[in-house]
Amino acid sequence: MKQNGDVRIGFYICHCGTNIAGVIDVDRVRDYAASLPGVAVARDYKYMCSDPGQDLLRQDIAEHGLNRIVVASCSPLLHEKTFRGAAEDGGLNPYFVQMVNIREHGSWVHEDGEYMTGKAMDMSRAAILRVQVHEALERKRVPINPAVLVVGGGIAGIHAALTMADAGKHVYLVEREATIGGHMAQFDKTFPTLDCAACILTPKMTAVKAHPNITLWTYSEIDKTEGFIGNYTVTVKRKPRYVREDLCVGCMECIEACVYKSAKIPDAFNMGLSKRKPVYIPFPQAVPPVPVLDPENCLHLKNGTCKDFCVEACGDRDAIDFTQEAEYIDIDVGTIVLATGFDTFDPARIPYYGYGKYPNVYTSLELERLVNASGPTGGDVRLPDGRIPERVAIVHCVGSRDEHYQRWCSRVCCMYSLKLAHLVKEKTGGEVYNFYIDMRAPGKSMEEFYNRVSTEGVHLVRGRVADIAPESLEPPSNGRIGRVVVQAEDTLIGRIRKIPVDMVILSVGMQPQEDAENIRRMFNISCSTGGFFLERHPKLAPVSTFTDGVFLAGTCQGPKDIPDTVAQAGAAASEALALIDRGYYELEPNTAYVLEEQCSGCKSCIQQCPYTAISFDAEKSKASINEALCKGCGTCVASCPSASIRQHLFEDEEIFREIHGLLAYA
Amino acid sequence: MSEKPKIGMYWCASCGGCEESVVDLAEGILDVVAAVDIVFWPVAMDFKRADIEAMPDGSIAATFINGAVRTSEQLEMVRLLRQKSAAVIAYGSCAQMGGIPGLANQKDREDILRYVYEESPTVENAAQIRPQRTHGVNGATATLPSFHGNVRTLDQVIPVEYYLPGCPPTPRLLAAAVQALLEGALPAAGSVLAPDTALCEECPRRDSKPEELHIDQFHRPHAVHIDAERCLLAQGVVCMGPATRGGCEAVCVQGNMPCTGCFGPTSRVKDQGAKMLSSLAANSAGEEDAAITGVLESIPDPLGTLYRYGLPASMLHRSLSDTNRSKEQST
Repeated sequence: MKQNGDVRIGFYICHCGTNIAGVIDVDRVRDYAASLPGVAVARDYKYMCSDPGQDLLRQDIAEHGLNRIVVASCSPLLHEKTFRGAAEDGGLNPYFVQMVNIREHGSWVHEDGEYMTGKAMDMSRAAILRVQVHEALERKRVPINPAVLVVGGGIAGIHAALTMADAGKHVYLVEREATIGGHMAQFDKTFPTLDCAACILTPKMTAVKAHPNITLWTYSEIDKTEGFIGNYTVTVKRKPRYVREDLCVGCMECIEACVYKSAKIPDAFNMGLSKRKPVYIPFPQAVPPVPVLDPENCLHLKNGTCKDFCVEACGDRDAIDFTQEAEYIDIDVGTIVLATGFDTFDPARIPYYGYGKYPNVYTSLELERLVNASGPTGGDVRLPDGRIPERVAIVHCVGSRDEHYQRWCSRVCCMYSLKLAHLVKEKTGGEVYNFYIDMRAPGKSMEEFYNRVSTEGVHLVRGRVADIAPESLEPPSNGRIGRVVVQAEDTLIGRIRKIPVDMVILSVGMQPQEDAENIRRMFNISCSTGGFFLERHPKLAPVSTFTDGVFLAGTCQGPKDIPDTVAQAGAAASEALALIDRGYYELEPNTAYVLEEQCSGCKSCIQQCPYTAISFDAEKSKASINEALCKGCGTCVASCPSASIRQHLFEDEEIFREIHGLLAYA
Repeated sequence: MSEKPKIGMYWCASCGGCEESVVDLAEGILDVVAAVDIVFWPVAMDFKRADIEAMPDGSIAATFINGAVRTSEQLEMVRLLRQKSAAVIAYGSCAQMGGIPGLANQKDREDILRYVYEESPTVENAAQIRPQRTHGVNGATATLPSFHGNVRTLDQVIPVEYYLPGCPPTPRLLAAAVQALLEGALPAAGSVLAPDTALCEECPRRDSKPEELHIDQFHRPHAVHIDAERCLLAQGVVCMGPATRGGCEAVCVQGNMPCTGCFGPTSRVKDQGAKMLSSLAANSAGEEDAAITGVLESIPDPLGTLYRYGLPASMLHRSLSDTNRSKEQST
């Protein structure tokens, strides 16, 4: 076995106050380690991670000529960096340090001190055997391209883009729809302050458009992503909108002139509650203020038979371009912020709520448009038959907290339901019934908002709605839309209640975007069980992903309200900025490497890599690992059938020595 | 004659194919015979054990031993040959890794004897007579070697300098080994005298292997029509090529049959079967455990496929037989 010359190991066992020493006999472990071959110094100390603790390492390296360090203390996750750093300060290669986790794997999980002292000896012996064959490793650096890509132009993407652009970085903001603004642009008021969503959002939207550091591409999608932290190449597909952004001045005369005299196509922005023309702008404050031509309905694009009034109206500006085709643009960026947002739960999946069957059953997002002054009814809450409803039911938790649909709480529904209750009551003066399971009002000013709405005369019924059915089997003779009866068990009084109402609002929960899985694969990140993108650590790295340089903002990571979304977008932006301003990224050297001469080119490893770090070099007929992408997971090392892939810091000999040390009886 | 290096050949638990492979040298064997002095080769020439015992220690330049070690006679003979030889070459899969006879390590001694002498459908042995170690005949005592509990590889009983892999080794590798021996150009002791790269490197079908296999069902080779151009793994046939040392020039694959692993693993691998299983598991179709398990269950005879030649040399070494297992449980 190779020993890398004369090995002189320093062994240090930490008391961690009484965390370790309260269970483990540290003196015995220290004396035992001192007796093992190769150990030149063995010490115990109250807190190894403290400055004096680290100084011990540095002094001993100098005085005793140590060339290997073993620290028996806590999890390497906490202090491996600390002790590697201390060894490096002392002039030693940091990878000559091995930690033994006798706290999380020891004193915290065992009560039997005698047993645990023995286990600590075994674990220490394993590390002492292992560290002898450690090799000096070097950290490599990759430069970070300062340009950033933000995917998604909702409030999260907008805020992240503005933050980074304000810091002087060039930001590419790519949005799938014809305008930025996302779901927030569809909302009327926002809870708990009841300020108007558009009033606070549109200034930020125009700021994006005007910002010299932001390249805004709406009506565009990500086609392909390649590369790794600091060096991504992303292909953006710019879908044809048939109106040239560089020439259009936003006069909207083409819309006026369109051969369609009246609007006939359901308007997606208004949830289909109003109609638009084939050439349209999603909403008046859209950014950019450039209309889009819908090729499925535009007569010119569909069958070339139009009189092209729009072209005439555009005149010298000449912005209408029927020949436009999808354009693919490659951009180089160093970091990526994903802010792809959410979708709402489709309540038609719950048949007994009657959505899509009864015309007076709405989703909450449809109501947002109905109560909005620029919405299809000019802000009046009206039924399809034109009446103002006298009695309205709001059903909470539709699709949420339900093991048949979505197990999670969508966090925002209780509060937006109260907001809608307030707005509906204000606008109709009718009776409003909110059916809730639990009223969840955490967060700043939320409980106060709940108290406020509950004193406004809204009826709060604690019970999950079991059924929504017509009041009468006969349709009303006067052409009106009949009432429906909402049935629920009021769990506070222990009675079934059946309440006839004119209108039902289903408070739908949040779910991942339909194509979240595509995005996930394209950026090589993971997702949680519900399909929302997975953060690196739920508490300590909430906006990072397992792919370095890719960050998460907003509801693509999980349901959240606007304040949390904006806070998270700011966090994602600052994580990206921190990387950019440092200018480089240091790669941990515990990566896998191919023994090129021995590799048989069998390709078994290529699809194993969860980080797409392995490619097949067709010229050499060998596997090739990109160090910058490799995370050192070891999957390829284990699966290489001829053992021609190895891994730094996890060489076979190191692992076998560790096992040998663990299993050898003292 | 005395200046020519002395060569020995011996067989243990083997089929005789390794002996045949020497004849596969064809006319090349004449050059070998001209260059060396064969002092021991029971299958072909009449030498006695006493002839070997009379030789000075280390006087045989190299002895090629094929077959695994299962009986006391084999053990005695290889120890004797070890003593008399400067170099011992484990010849063929059985000597190197246990080989096909090594699969007997799935059963223990009692199970084997009972089956062979009592339970096998072709045996009529109402008196349940078993071979005895000693038997008196006409006042003399006849003896039989004892039958060991385990099949062992040659290097599990004596130190071995070199290994010539294969079932049997190819004439080309044998010729190269003899050449190296005569020229004193053998590599460091402990080496396998074959390339240390997996078979895929020299496989004529390598380029047809896709990067993503997604095997959804494994087949026995005779149960499917095998495309003679495409990678066998891509056709759902377990080909041990990725986990097997090359050097055979892919003779089986060229005959449209999968590699069965007779050259053993590369020097870097501790357990050929485990490596191959790991690779197959990772290349099976299916995302969930249940789906992957379903695919893996279609591997025909997993132990016999993945450890066909190497059970005694593997980390498994043997499986606990029913008898042994019940003994373990009772203790």
